[in-house]
Amino acid sequence: MDEKMLTDDVFVADPVEERLMLGNEAVAQGAWEAGLRVAASYPGTPSTEITECVARFPEVDCQWAPNEKVATEVAFGAAMAGARAMTCMKHVGVNVAADPIFTAAYTGVNAGLVVVCADDPAMHSSQNEQDSRYYARAAHIPMLEPSDSRECHAFTRLAFTMSEELDTPVFLRLTTRVAHARSVVAIGERADVPLRPYQKDAMKYVMMPGMARKRHLKVEAREAFLSEAANRLPINVIKMRDTSVGIITSGVCYEYVRDAMPHASTLKLGMVYPLPMKLIREFAQKVDRLIVVEELEGLIEREVLAAGIPCEGKNLTGIQGELSVEKLRSVLLGAPMPQGEDTSIPARPPVLCPGCPHRGVFYVLNKLGMRVMGDIGCYTLAALPPLSAMDACLCMGASIGMAGGAERAQGKAFSRGTVAVLGDSTFIHSGITSLVDAVYNRETITVVILDNRITGMTGHQQNPATGYDIHNQPAPQLNLEKLVESCGVTDVRVVDPFNLKATEQAIREATANEQVSVVIARRPCALLDKTARPSFVIDGCRGCGACMKLSCPAIERHGKIVEINPALCSGCGMCAQVCPFKAIKSGREARV
Amino acid sequence: MSKAAFDLVIVGVGGQGTLLASKILGRLALSENCGVKVSEVHGMSQRGGSVITHVRVGDSVHSPMVALGGADYLISFEALEAARAACYLKPGGTAIVNTQHILPMPVITGAAAYPEDPLAALASYRVESADALGIAVECGSQKALNLVLLGMFSRHLPFEEVAWRDAIAACVPQKSLEVNLAAFARGRALMG
Repeated sequence: MDEKMLTDDVFVADPVEERLMLGNEAVAQGAWEAGLRVAASYPGTPSTEITECVARFPEVDCQWAPNEKVATEVAFGAAMAGARAMTCMKHVGVNVAADPIFTAAYTGVNAGLVVVCADDPAMHSSQNEQDSRYYARAAHIPMLEPSDSRECHAFTRLAFTMSEELDTPVFLRLTTRVAHARSVVAIGERADVPLRPYQKDAMKYVMMPGMARKRHLKVEAREAFLSEAANRLPINVIKMRDTSVGIITSGVCYEYVRDAMPHASTLKLGMVYPLPMKLIREFAQKVDRLIVVEELEGLIEREVLAAGIPCEGKNLTGIQGELSVEKLRSVLLGAPMPQGEDTSIPARPPVLCPGCPHRGVFYVLNKLGMRVMGDIGCYTLAALPPLSAMDACLCMGASIGMAGGAERAQGKAFSRGTVAVLGDSTFIHSGITSLVDAVYNRETITVVILDNRITGMTGHQQNPATGYDIHNQPAPQLNLEKLVESCGVTDVRVVDPFNLKATEQAIREATANEQVSVVIARRPCALLDKTARPSFVIDGCRGCGACMKLSCPAIERHGKIVEINPALCSGCGMCAQVCPFKAIKSGREARV
Repeated sequence: MSKAAFDLVIVGVGGQGTLLASKILGRLALSENCGVKVSEVHGMSQRGGSVITHVRVGDSVHSPMVALGGADYLISFEALEAARAACYLKPGGTAIVNTQHILPMPVITGAAAYPEDPLAALASYRVESADALGIAVECGSQKALNLVLLGMFSRHLPFEEVAWRDAIAACVPQKSLEVNLAAFARGRALMG
């Protein structure tokens, strides 16, 4: 372990070009320059664009994996076999990948391995606000945290050096405001990093108790070394200004602090685990009042307090949501918090798109009064009124297990009025094993797979069921019908969700059947379906509102009657099927 | 020294293509040697929900986000969203607004009413509004709405027209460049 390797200036000395880059793009660029050879990820906001950008580099073998655990194992295998490798995921993805990550901390790597995790304070696109810095601490893996795109680029390069120098995976932690913000990056050339030889080393890579005990000692020694070196890392920087207040901070919070309190002294942490305790003590001694400014958990604050250094933090900023310049001015300087949005203005929540195939399934589920165990995807929006067709949404793939558990609690009759609903990509991610469980343990649940031929919510990524790879090249296609049949499901139906009658019949019959049944509702995502269909028109509306129950953005109530907005209508025709007065017709028929 | 320093928020409805406007502005600022940071929204809110992009230009920009009450300019792709984002404008700020109405789901279902005059919320600011969508359609594509609004906004910044045109050319596909440049020119002429 050579400290010199970690203390060189991390920024590009002779840039080839300056570019305005998204934080995620800058991570991809930094990884490419660092000689990245293999990348594997599962999409997840706000991390998705990293892997999409990496896929543009021909030197990198890049793939979408079925889930974060598989992605991490592929990246680990590549690193063990000598190639610099990376996997990128959102914060909740780390939960899925945690199993290999914790033990990879023991084995270490051969070539560098970087795990990027993107947290989502304020939950712009997530189901919780967990703080992934606790994973670094729990797994004893170093974690770097950039505050803008320039640092995303530089810290990614440093992460690979650190990974190889210390023989450990390294976390790079982003938050939404770093991942999805653009700032200027001075980019460089790709380094010539040769493939390292593969060497069998069972003592290092076979983690049985006898070997793991020896490796655990290495983990402790490595962390002790890095904890000491952290005090001299150039990415942990003290800037003395006014000494009445000193702020310890990292990531985008550093940028907020600089705008809110430009005269305050700062200790900016580029590495948030392990912490440079000597440097923190030195800084604390120079300032009158010490405040830790960090989003989410008070992780740094607790470490500082545990070291016997008095400081403030979460008593001022709280653990909820994001911080901001105006919030810091308010809690640190006592400035009045500016007026926010006028809440009397009608809200504009996201909605299922016009022509979304999920709409047909949820309309039917609502109509039948089904209990719906939901899952993660665009279709979670069906929980909102007027569809209101979801009872629970927990995590990727949980719908099937939840339906099984509910049946165990309430009995088989309960499953006659309950379905589990999840998308094609979510089913492949972590629904397959739950389906195996349901069959094996003699449950009688019904699973609806919303097969829209793409991973939708994250911005249209290919998956094993689409028949295309990350480069949009044809790939072996997973056959969902055969897969569920081979799990032991004998009642498998495929329906077109635009056909409401057929969808209703399939769901009625499948739920009535006292065994595990699967309904595959198959129709491409409306945003990818290029079929030109004339929009629908209403002639002779009686104002009954039956079509409003579809929750289609194109169907608008104007006083007593309803109109279809031709600019939004995609011509799916579901509204014509539900109009009891046959007043809705395809524009094509109407013209005749 | 940066040739310009301003804070701008761009708001609209997911799917309207607000990201292209910030992309062009970022490109322009960089080519004019101005410091610039842009913060975007990706993910769930793009499905027809309210979207906001922050653009900060100047020498000493740290936060990628514009503070509430801190924006010199607001560009809104939709009238109700302009009202919602009024809280970002600083006293004396300017709003550039496409007058189009897009009904949100609570209005569609009758649970809430679309305000009679949404721009009343901006009464204490300078407002430059136009049927930018109509102009874009006249130019050949409703997607050129972006460029009509940027054309209107361009009158407020010290950059030469040619620098704008270069930034546009660098950000839009070649096949739609002509329509986009025409839309930009129409927007710019509105405020001439």
